[in-house]
Amino acid sequence: MDLTAPSRLASRDLFDESVGGLFARPVRTALTVLGTVVGIAALVATIGLSRTAGNRIVGRFDELAATEIVVTSKPPSPGGAPTALPWDAEQRMERLNGVVAAGTLTTINVGDALVRTSRVSDPRRQTSFNLSVAAASPGAFAAVRADLRNGRLFDEAHSERGDRVAVLGPSAALRLGIDGVEQMPAITIGDDIYLVIGILDGVARQPDLLGSVIIPEGTAAATFRLASPERVVIETRIGATTLISTQVPNALKPDNPRALRVAVPPEPKRVREAVQNDLNLMFILLGGVALVVGAIGIANVTLVSVMERTGEIGLRRALGASRRHIAEQFLLESATMGAIGGVLGASIGTLVVVAVAARESWTPVLDPFVPLAAPLVGAAIGFVSGAYPSVRAARMEPVDALRSGT
Amino acid sequence: MEPDAAAPPLVEVSGLGRTFGTEPPVHALVGVNLSVQERDWLAIVGASGSGKSTLLSILGCLDTPTAGTYRFDGIDVAALSDRQRAGLRCRALGFVFQSFHLIESRSVIENVMISEIYRKQTRRGRRERAAAALDEVGLANRAEFLPTRLSGGERQRVAIARALTRSPRLLLCDEPTGNLDSTTTHAILDLFAALNERGRTIVMITHERDVAKRASRQVQMVDGSLKESAWI
Repeated sequence: MDLTAPSRLASRDLFDESVGGLFARPVRTALTVLGTVVGIAALVATIGLSRTAGNRIVGRFDELAATEIVVTSKPPSPGGAPTALPWDAEQRMERLNGVVAAGTLTTINVGDALVRTSRVSDPRRQTSFNLSVAAASPGAFAAVRADLRNGRLFDEAHSERGDRVAVLGPSAALRLGIDGVEQMPAITIGDDIYLVIGILDGVARQPDLLGSVIIPEGTAAATFRLASPERVVIETRIGATTLISTQVPNALKPDNPRALRVAVPPEPKRVREAVQNDLNLMFILLGGVALVVGAIGIANVTLVSVMERTGEIGLRRALGASRRHIAEQFLLESATMGAIGGVLGASIGTLVVVAVAARESWTPVLDPFVPLAAPLVGAAIGFVSGAYPSVRAARMEPVDALRSGT
Repeated sequence: MEPDAAAPPLVEVSGLGRTFGTEPPVHALVGVNLSVQERDWLAIVGASGSGKSTLLSILGCLDTPTAGTYRFDGIDVAALSDRQRAGLRCRALGFVFQSFHLIESRSVIENVMISEIYRKQTRRGRRERAAAALDEVGLANRAEFLPTRLSGGERQRVAIARALTRSPRLLLCDEPTGNLDSTTTHAILDLFAALNERGRTIVMITHERDVAKRASRQVQMVDGSLKESAWI
């Protein structure tokens, strides 16, 4: 037998010794692993939440912006007459396949006319307001996704008859001091009395309506001599905007389609990427900082462990362990701690993503690669963190280790 | 057991020196000559700081000399690399330390089994071999205990069993009874005597003359030099 042949350590023995080293001080190991758990959990949760929130934000953005088309007439050429949008734009649009809702909107120039809740001026408080007045076709409410808080919306009949009825935006209602329609409140625009039949809760599009008094288009035509609608708001199905935007000019103005300006939403993919990139960068930075803290924890505790186990290192060297065997054992211990931290952290991070998504009724979005890679990332962090302590352990002279350790 | 004087020595040390530091240098060993035959039981006696632990470390390939030669079974140990010395420790040397050096989180039998792992022996039979070594030192009934539940004498027996498992050519004992009471000391020395009787080669350092007297041969370290023990 060659007595001087290098000693050898089987992989399974190395694994057993490393695991044995970890469980020698279970509380300390648990606390050390906790650092990585927090780091990985933070990283997984932040990546997951950024994707989930980003998806939600972008989803909302896509849903609203990517399905909206606004049509106006181009400014007239010098000396030419402005192009008028047809009164039946709503009906024309609804015939197009891919249109979900459509309506016309016009901001009415009421001149100096103020909106009041009473003909009697009350000197103690403001009763006259300079509010925006808008004319809308009945379908416009659906096209801007208006929510009704109180009362009802006006319909085709109100418009055809020119009824003096109004629907208030929530800000307008607040300024006018009207919080319900049960008492049949009335307002005046200039000298004309209008019955308030509904109050909006909010609109998803055309936010100027929030502070407006909205009257039927037919009423506006009769009262304010409205010649034609100002703009057509169209909600399309997702993905139909490009097609619809090419059809709209011909449908609305077959004799002069070029006179119309069709505003289509920006390229959604680019917007999605921009929003997600901003979110991801911020959250990954936060998770990265947490992970660095975890790595420092592993390095610190492994170094302390090496110092405390000097005697054990000396014993192992006396039993025939080479420097490499000592380094391998401590590296595997720190890598195992990191991997355990990675598994636990990935689990907790995933649970956080699911819990937050469930609470907010969002769809949790997490790349499957993230929780699967987390244990590897943890192991790599443990490996790197354990490198310096392991090298220090391996460099110990056996005689010194035996003398200083007990 | 009487050593075979005609056989080549297991350990042969010639002009061995070990110097620590440079400003000023400390000469822990100076011109040490020593030979140990197989089946010998040698006690190295000396006061604290006399250099006996340094000599034992060099004999155990835990340290390297700065002068002289050390041959183990004909191998020039000073010429070996760090890995080769580790291999030699693994296959031919067993250690018993004053402070036992047991891993407290492992059971008694696991502490004994650990001595085999760097030999890359098959795992099969490892537990049985460890159990047999524990039986040899009279601790078969303590196999699953943690070392913290054992007395000092029992812990030293575990350390001896750990050294024996590997059937070392040379058993090196560093003050093996230094932490034990007199009754336990006698028991441990009886164990060494029995092991030597069964053919084990033992080199033991101690500062206690009564302990050294139990060995078949004694040498004395004085200020880093070795003298055949005229005082015993």
